Parts: sequence; structure tokens; C-alpha cells
Amino acid sequence: MTISAPDRPMPRPAADAVPASRPPLTRQLVAAVRALLVLTVVLGVAYPLAVTGVAQVAFRDQAEGSLVEADGRVVGSRLLGQAFADADGDVLPQWFQPRPSAAGDGYDPTASSASNLGPESPDLLALVEERRAAAAADGVDPAQVPPDALTASGSGLDPDISPEYARQQAARVARERGLDVEQVRRLVEAHVQGREAGFLGEPRVNVLELNVALTELGS
Amino acid sequence: MGETTSFILSVLGLVAALALVHRPLGDHMARAYSGSRHLRAERVVYRLVGVDPEADQRWPVYLRSVLAFSVVSVLALYLLQRVQSHLPLALGFPGIEPDQAFNTAASFVSNTNWQSYSGEAAMGHLTQMGGLAVQNFVSAAVGMAVAVALIRGFARSRTERLGNFWVDLTRTCIRILLPLSFVAAIVLVACGVIQNLHGFTDVQTLAGGTQPIPGGPVASQEAIKELGTNGGGFFNANSAHPFEGPTAFASWFQVFLILLIPFSMPRAFGRLVGDVRQGYAIVATMGLIWLASLVAMYVVESAHPGTVPQAVGASMEGKETRFGVGLSSLFATSTTMTSTGAVNSFHDSFTSLGGGLALLNMQLGEVTPGGVGGGLYGMLVLAIVAVFLAGLMVGRTPEYLGKKLAPREMKLASLYILVMPATVLSLTALAVALDGPRSSMLNAGAHGFSEVLYAFTSATNNNGSAFAGISVNTGFYNTTLGLAMLIGRFVPIILVLALAGSLARQAPVPVTGGTLPTHRGLFVGLLSGVVIVVAGLTFLPALALGPLAEGL
Repeated sequence: MTISAPDRPMPRPAADAVPASRPPLTRQLVAAVRALLVLTVVLGVAYPLAVTGVAQVAFRDQAEGSLVEADGRVVGSRLLGQAFADADGDVLPQWFQPRPSAAGDGYDPTASSASNLGPESPDLLALVEERRAAAAADGVDPAQVPPDALTASGSGLDPDISPEYARQQAARVARERGLDVEQVRRLVEAHVQGREAGFLGEPRVNVLELNVALTELGS
Repeated sequence: MGETTSFILSVLGLVAALALVHRPLGDHMARAYSGSRHLRAERVVYRLVGVDPEADQRWPVYLRSVLAFSVVSVLALYLLQRVQSHLPLALGFPGIEPDQAFNTAASFVSNTNWQSYSGEAAMGHLTQMGGLAVQNFVSAAVGMAVAVALIRGFARSRTERLGNFWVDLTRTCIRILLPLSFVAAIVLVACGVIQNLHGFTDVQTLAGGTQPIPGGPVASQEAIKELGTNGGGFFNANSAHPFEGPTAFASWFQVFLILLIPFSMPRAFGRLVGDVRQGYAIVATMGLIWLASLVAMYVVESAHPGTVPQAVGASMEGKETRFGVGLSSLFATSTTMTSTGAVNSFHDSFTSLGGGLALLNMQLGEVTPGGVGGGLYGMLVLAIVAVFLAGLMVGRTPEYLGKKLAPREMKLASLYILVMPATVLSLTALAVALDGPRSSMLNAGAHGFSEVLYAFTSATNNNGSAFAGISVNTGFYNTTLGLAMLIGRFVPIILVLALAGSLARQAPVPVTGGTLPTHRGLFVGLLSGVVIVVAGLTFLPALALGPLAEGL
């Protein structure tokens, strides 16, 4: 083992900071207050505002929340899942449904959250079986319901479902809307996104974009 | 392409990216901490702060500066939260209650970022930007400064002087964290992370309901949240929230940011002690343990043992569709091994053994690679213990990097190792012994115990992630966890700076044939063994009551 000297000269020893007239701890506290103030201006005001400036000019759409329009009005964000349910929270079967959500009463961005129920939780097991039964009532083989349809996401705002879950819902949506099922299936396939750059993450279908496309199909 | 292939490629890409930046970033940091020239902006800062940047501090003075800055930071952040309703951009939120404001101030100043509040329902934009995000920078800088002071203890000899805290703090922020954060923030915005100053904006949804779309300066905070291994999310759902982690690439990039500085600091260490091979041995130890734990995490999460995961057919509860099991495992392992605590999936709902691994990762003491600064000084303390053990085996006086490890050094190192487990285990015992704190558990039985153990492990190790089912916004948890964070951060810092002072005073010992080489594979193996055995022996009984009881 060889230890050579540091490759640069060491700073010279000198008296401690700030005038020596005050007791040492007071000197340090004064320096601390000033340092925090200066750094707050640089890191807490200038930095976020500079990022905001660049972001708003270069990536305005993303910086504002990747909003989606349909019929000339904003209907949500491409990134935030939303509920397709009536005012009582009952599922509207004519729409592709997102995953179960633990954010507030479902897809509430003021209360993003996971369920945090554990792998042995009887409550979670009961929820899973309830969700499976609901899918089965749609005529799906209960053993074939994909995992994302049975579980709540981490954020409660997951915008995506698995391609399998989207395909399973195609028949119901076509029936409810009086559309040709093949046409709806083609729409689903057109909305399947593969892994990013071919290898990152999982294949998925964005529910809001699929449902917006569905309204255009209907008209 | 299968899930496992996708996972392997993601990990290989990450390792390649980290290897690519290891040298240039490590060398840049070494230059930042050893150069004698000051930038013009830095001179302005020193003038405003009123310090002499040429003053070289003894260890007690360096320590007093660290503590003074941290005490002032806790008070300022506490005050800001209490009065936020009277300040601009408050979004109508009231001031934070005293116990929670203390907890949050202790949390962000100690680089923990444990959150007993829910971001989108409690904090105004000014509190987030001007308070929480500022601490994301400076608490990270404090950790890096202390690590550099310890390195100087090894590199210098026959001196009382360890450098100047105010210079180290300023240079860390201006030369390292700020430029990296700026670039990272812009990349994140491009991926879809929001960056604006709006509050909630209601939109009418496709099905005819209303949905409030959140706003905020998220990307600027997200960047330093990962880079500074802080982990405090702008939103409650942290990096699982689509406005924090919008795409698979964004999440992968966040893991890169989390690991970037911790895996590059050993290079700076090697440069500063004048032997880069010493840095490679440290980074190899960190990397091997991280990789082993990552593989184990992916294996159990994709095998998904347990009642609910088996019923569902996958471990997908608490995980996002776009990330799946692969990126969730990668994020979970990296965040718990770096004292970051950001999450892109919720550990409470992982398989029993997966959740147990997250817990064990933190219990290793946050050294593989650990948080920015803290990971390196923690690993160097363990290296001292490893050298000491080797010395005992062959009956020689132990020495590391040319410094003798005498009783004083060994006492400081031993105390360092004892602080964390003693705090974690005694507070966990207290919490499960009391009726009130016990009723905060969401899940029953062994899993409930894991929630409490996880909370104190996370707080004391300054991680900040949680088995988040537990309700911790109570007087008991806000107070005890706040204290655990301060003890877990500052007692080790005191010991490390004392150690640095006593190393710097020594004259270097010449290398002889009997000196243990600390840059070879043998030492990497020895050091890995110490990391695992120390934590394993301390925490195995507690783990047996929680995740092992549940999962086996």
C-alpha cells in the first residue's frame, strides 16, 4: 500500500472565521444564520425559478401537466388516472376502467396514496376476491383476471392498465356502446405501448387516451 | 422480451452509466474539495456570511460550525412551517401543528425526509421550495462536508486542521449539487414532471366528474431529492406519483441520480488520499452488496410468495403498471441502501421477504453505498473495524491508510457502530410496549410489528421510507421519530469528526511487509463480511419477529 501526499498544497492554517471579539459559539451561530439566508435565496428561490423559466419555455406542455383535450376542452392529464364512474362511485361500464385506486375515494389527486395493506392481510385478500368476482360478472374467466385489475397502484393515480386488462374489457365496452367488437379491439391494439426504448418498464395502455379515442370512434 | 430480460438490461444500463461517470465526477469532487482557488460567486457568499474562507478549522470548531448550521436550520424550518399560512403561495393550507413541524424540521435537516404529512394536503409551495428543498441541498452538503473532513484526517498528518466547514458547504452546493440538479430537473421536466407555480386546477373529466389537477415546482425539487439522497416527495405518493415519476425512463433516471454521488465519492476519496485503488476497494464492497441485495429483491418479488400475491398472481399491490416488478425492485433496493427513502412503489405491500430485505438494507447502516457523504464515512468506519479485526487475527497493531488505529480510534469507531442499533431497538421496544403507539399499526400481527421496526430503522438511519400503513402523525411518533433522526444523524457526525481530528494529528506509519493491503480482493471480502455480520448479529432477532415470522 502506498500513500502519497495530497496532490495539492493544503490551505494554510489561520484564525477562525468572523472577528474574534464574540464568543466562539455565537460567532458560529451568526455565520449559520447568514449562510442559511444566502443559500435559501440561491437554492430556494433562484434555482426553482430558473428551472421554471427554462421548463415553461422549452417543455411547456410537460411543465403544465401533460393535459389532454377532447372536444376542445381539457378533460384531464395524460399522466393522471381518472375515475370512470358516476357521482355515487358506481362503475360506468361503457368506459374502459382503470385499476382499483386507494387515493381518497378513488383517483383523487388531493390524496395520492397506496393501500399499504400487507401480503398476508385478510382485508386485502377480501378486496382481491371482490374485484375478481366483479370481473367475472362481466363474463371474464375469473382465473384469467390480470394482476393489475386486482390490485391498487402505488400512487392511486396510475394512468395505465396492462394490455391484457384492456383486451378483456373490449367486449363489454363494445356491447355497452353498441359498437363492433373487432373495431374496439383494433382500437385497444393501437393504444398498446411497449417497453420504453424496448427494454425499460412494462407494456401498458393509457386509459384516458384510449377512452378519448373511443369517443371519437362513437361519433 | 420477458420481464427478467428487461430487468437485467435495466440494471446493466444503470451500472454502465454509473461506471461512466464514476471517474469524472469523483475527480471533479476531489478538485472541488482540494483546490485553493475560490469562484467569484463563492467569494460573494463568504463575504455575505462573514467568514474567512482561508481559515482552516480544528475538529471541534468544524463540529461547532456543523451543529450551529443544523440547529439554525431546524429552527428556521420549524418556524416556516408554523407561519406558512401568512406567507405567499400557501395554497390556503394552515400552519403545521407543533409536533409535526418539529418532526418535519428534524427530518429534512438530518437528510432523512421522513414525512408524517401528506405533501399535497399540507405544504404550500413556498414551504416546499424555500424550506424543504433548501434542506435537500444543504443537509446533503453537510454529509459530504463531514465525509471530506474524515478523508482529510487520513490524508493529512501532524496537524490539528480539517478544513473549513463553510467553504466545504458552499463548494458542495455551488460546484456539485446545483449544476447537477439543474440539468437533472430539466431532464425530468422533459419526461413529464411538472414545474409551475399553480395550485389545484379543477377539470371536468371525460365521464363528467371533476378532478383537481395539482401544480407546483416539482421537477426542481425532485432532482435534488434524488441527487442528495433525501427522498422527501412533493406528493404523498412520492416517486410513484405520475407527476414525480411519469415514465419508466424517468424512474430509472431517478435511481441513477440516487446512486450517482454515493458511488462516485469513493473515487474522490481515493484521489484525496493519494491512492485511487483504495477508492476502488470501497466502491467494490458497496457495489457487490447492493447487487446481491438487488438480485434477491427481484427474485422474491417476481416469485411472489405469500397469500395475497399468490391469489393475485403477482406482487403488484402498491406498484405502478409502467414500472412493474423490475423497476420497483430496482428502486426499492437502491433507495433503502442509500438512506434516500424516495419510493416508486409501496414497501408495506411487498412480499414479506421483499419488505424484510428493504428493512435489512437500512439495517446494514446505510453504507452500500449509503447516502451522500454518510455512506462513505460510515463505510470508512467499518473499514477501520475490518482492519482492526484482521490485526487481531494476526496479532499486529492495526493501521489503515498509514494511520495507527489506537484505543481512541477504536472506541470512536465502536461507539459509531452502536448508536444506530441501540436507538432503533430501544425505541421500537418502547413503541410496541405502549398501547397508544401500538394502535397506530395498520396491519395486524407480525406485519404490524414490521411497520414499527421499519419506522425506527428508517428514521435512525436517516432513510425516510416507510411501511406507510402505520399512522405516524401522533404526538408519540412525531416526537420519538424526530429524536431518532437527530440522534442517528448527529451523534455519528460528532464521532466521525473526533475520529478525523485524532487521525490528522498522527504522523504517518511507514508501509512494511506486515501491513495489511486494503486495496485487494481479500480486503473487499473482509469488509463485506464485517458489514453483513455486524448488522446481521444485531438485527436478526428483531427480523425474526417481523418479516421472517411472516414470510417463512
